[in-house]
Amino acid sequence: MTALNRLTLTQAREGLAKREFTSVELTESYVTAMEQARGLNAYVLETAEQALAMAAESDKRIDSGDAGKLEGLPLGIKDMFCTKDVRTTACSKILGDFVPPYESSVTSRLWADGAVMLGKLNNDEFAMGSSNESSAFGPVVSPWQREKDQAPLVPGGSSGGSAAAVAAFLCAGATATDTGGSIRQPAAFTGTVGIKPTYGRCSRYGIIAYASSLDQAGPIARTVNDAAVLLRSMAGFDPKDSTSVNRAVPDYEDAVGASIRGKRIGIPREYRVEGLDPEIAGLWEEGAQWLRDAGAEVVDITLPHTKYALPAYYIVAPAEASSNLARYDGVRYGLRVPGRDIADMYERTRAAGFGPEVRRRIMIGTYVLSAGYYDAYYLKAQKVRTLIKRDFDDVFAQGVDAVLTPATPSAAFGIGEKSSADPVEMYLQDVFTVTVNLAGLPGISVPGGFSCNNLPLGLQLIGRPFEEETLFSLAQVIEDAAGRFPVEDAWWEA
Amino acid sequence: MSVDQATVRRVAHLARIAVREEELEPLQGELNAILAFVEQLADLDVSSIEPMTGVIPMELPMREDVVNDGHIPELILANAPQSEGGFFTVPKVVE
Repeated sequence: MTALNRLTLTQAREGLAKREFTSVELTESYVTAMEQARGLNAYVLETAEQALAMAAESDKRIDSGDAGKLEGLPLGIKDMFCTKDVRTTACSKILGDFVPPYESSVTSRLWADGAVMLGKLNNDEFAMGSSNESSAFGPVVSPWQREKDQAPLVPGGSSGGSAAAVAAFLCAGATATDTGGSIRQPAAFTGTVGIKPTYGRCSRYGIIAYASSLDQAGPIARTVNDAAVLLRSMAGFDPKDSTSVNRAVPDYEDAVGASIRGKRIGIPREYRVEGLDPEIAGLWEEGAQWLRDAGAEVVDITLPHTKYALPAYYIVAPAEASSNLARYDGVRYGLRVPGRDIADMYERTRAAGFGPEVRRRIMIGTYVLSAGYYDAYYLKAQKVRTLIKRDFDDVFAQGVDAVLTPATPSAAFGIGEKSSADPVEMYLQDVFTVTVNLAGLPGISVPGGFSCNNLPLGLQLIGRPFEEETLFSLAQVIEDAAGRFPVEDAWWEA
Repeated sequence: MSVDQATVRRVAHLARIAVREEELEPLQGELNAILAFVEQLADLDVSSIEPMTGVIPMELPMREDVVNDGHIPELILANAPQSEGGFFTVPKVVE
């Protein structure tokens, strides 16, 4: 029999329902796998004792016929989600040993459906990064390696711990967050499936804020169906988040495997960026062909303001971050460094608590919002956002159901490879994903093929607002055609 | 637009982040690289465009103006680096 931790979430759900194994047995197999994988640094906190207690409760509910939709399934939680009585840090020193007295709405929903928490997953500090190298707990090592090369690779970011843990079989699925690509890029780097739903679909209550108008929660999972199962439980209206949308959550699983005949798929010309890696371009064409073979119509489209998305993002996101992160002042929680007066205490605390990337973004945000610059930067960027959203509205009005693009401009890179003095080099990782956040649309990343050195590559599908179901149907066609991308060799098990 | 070291110092102070003298130059370079990147927006005429205020068109939900939470001072203070008698404590602000 396959080791229990290598089952997909959907297979594990079936096994539990058929009493082939218990949740405690399933959870134990993950706890063991986590112990053997500490070298990957995917978890920043393991909660094995709590997990086994939750699993035992799940087994009782399964026995009494009261099982929830995720009953007994062990999940990892990105450290951006507040978990009651369990340390939550956003992987920043400034939160120190913060222990939330409350639970995020998304994780509350998971526990209400019976899921089991294995622990908290590593991420870039405050979710700012594309490689998981800015975490105060150190980088995550990807379970993937290049062919005949043991150099450690990044799992992508900011949800690097989530993606690595799902790919390395250290949880059955994971929560993640996405502000500019932080679910989809790491999913692409690790051969996993990640979906950022429509803005407002998942509650942001209890998720540590980075850029509030862009942040959304979503799952990272081993298959399209697993992602559909998780999103159904994560999504839903929450009066505690004023941007949460009061709209019924469909059963996304019904959309997996549904016919895509007659769906119109747009291929945006502007994503064929100069110097696009030929491997990525080839995969993109292959993806379009798979959809065509399944009965979709593929059409060329134009999204003329695409090239302005990343520059607009690097105004909007830092501006919102500088405001959101003003709360870390050494008074109410987290780190405090004493100073000669209160201003000096603030400055010393924030200098010691924030890492270099967070400090850069706070300073850029402070600058663009400072007196005399607001119109030239922030207001202009918000106008550009209107144009980017209008680009998508126009193609959807022409009958396009979804847009197909590459998920990332390259395969995973090595730890330390992009640590040059120019921070913009890392920012370019999000060139294909960031438009989706600026326009508030749903986007899914699904693995499609391998690079020449045997690393997974992902395709992205972008949908109309609240039409995640279309994305699940299309993504399943790609999964059926491309196959799945499990890591074969658990080299990290010392 | 680009920033000089005096501006970097001023912005750091506005952001309440202490910056050491030797950090100013590298920070200036990093911030200017980001500002040069976002400068691409200068090509675009947006004078007739409305700024986005929300990606999903919806009205702000209203609720009854009632107290629905509170009376949990211990929980609120539980993570404070310093507290005393039910209050957060800070260095002396008024002489």
